Amino acid sequence: MESILGWIAENQQMIYIVILMIFVGIEVIGHVPSVLHTPLMSGANAIHGVVIIGAIIVMGKADPHNYVALVLGFLAVVVGTLNVVGGFVVTDRMLEMFKGKGKKQNTSSK
Amino acid sequence: MEVSILTLCYLIGSVTFIIGLKMLSNPATARNGNLLAAAGMTIAIIGTIFLYEEDGKKLGNYPWIFGGILIGGIIGTLSAKKVKMTAMPEMVSMFNGMGGACAALISAVEFDHIYQTYKTVDSAWLSDFIPAGHYLTIIAGAIIGSVSFAGSMIAWGKLSGKIKDRSFPGQHVVNLLVLLLVLAAAVFTYQYNVGSAHLLFYATVGLALIYGILFVLPIGGADMPVVISLLNSFTGVAAACGGFLYNNKVMLTGGILVGAAGTLLTIMMCKAMNRSLKNVLIGSFGGGSSTAAAGAK
Repeated sequence: MESILGWIAENQQMIYIVILMIFVGIEVIGHVPSVLHTPLMSGANAIHGVVIIGAIIVMGKADPHNYVALVLGFLAVVVGTLNVVGGFVVTDRMLEMFKGKGKKQNTSSK
Repeated sequence: MEVSILTLCYLIGSVTFIIGLKMLSNPATARNGNLLAAAGMTIAIIGTIFLYEEDGKKLGNYPWIFGGILIGGIIGTLSAKKVKMTAMPEMVSMFNGMGGACAALISAVEFDHIYQTYKTVDSAWLSDFIPAGHYLTIIAGAIIGSVSFAGSMIAWGKLSGKIKDRSFPGQHVVNLLVLLLVLAAAVFTYQYNVGSAHLLFYATVGLALIYGILFVLPIGGADMPVVISLLNSFTGVAAACGGFLYNNKVMLTGGILVGAAGTLLTIMMCKAMNRSLKNVLIGSFGGGSSTAAAGAK
């Protein structure tokens, strides 16, 4: 218990960010029309690809002789990049369909 | 100097994510919003590769990093460009699963690092060396990431018609039991002999994978977009755990932003289909898992 309280005190800055970001996240997409649900999901999917930064740090810090860390870290970088690149490209292609089209058609979500 | 530039990169990244998400929720600006977020992401990634340092030490293993980015980038671009318009949601699910796997792998490496450091100290508990908060971020990233990965893979299989809906009587109970087992294994890993902690850690990850499969398996194929959106917000939370782990603000903001927006989006998608989230997830113990995800943060 004590160590958890200590950890909260130590990371209070981060915890403030978490709480504020929850409100920002809810506020920002509050008025999205239902045609954009799927592209927004896809865009959010690309944004959480930011986890790749963690993968890069893990990979960069790995001891060159520790093959477990090297292989796992390498896999993390590959799948993280897949998430980021694939996510943004797919979102872009989805939104391409909206160009010059009316709002009503093409919900694209099933 | 370089570290302050990196901080600036992260700041730009965080702000572009928020603005990008805002623009994505308006049809007129959606496409530019996506590009803006992508630009911010690129800045943050390049900044990390070249400017990141810890205790005055720069990152190494550049061939591995660039090799990984190159392979992931090429496969990601090709598969995203080739996929048919009708198959988009399953592609999103696939990429979402990749993000979850990435978060879980990061946690695995970090745990391996701790294990390698302390394994020689016999008959001592992990809790003697590692603060509870630090362990919590590692194990939460591993569990949520694994659930998201396994669930997304099942969702992908269902949408592409490879996996059929399967449910059996008493599945709620089984799912709940597996979830409890995951949590129990997570606690035992912390309160157990360091020498064999890694086995328990991998057991936790394995159980989390099984839970992810069981969680999505009974849900009907037509409800998959909602489930993908939910798993999307799970991955966001897993990414935020990484942010806590490395004290990295851009990962934290990006992850939590997606976690919060994704949860709201899930609810809105349900509403658009005239259903409640509980209704969609009735085949599994949905409510329990989302509160667990929120609590694990």
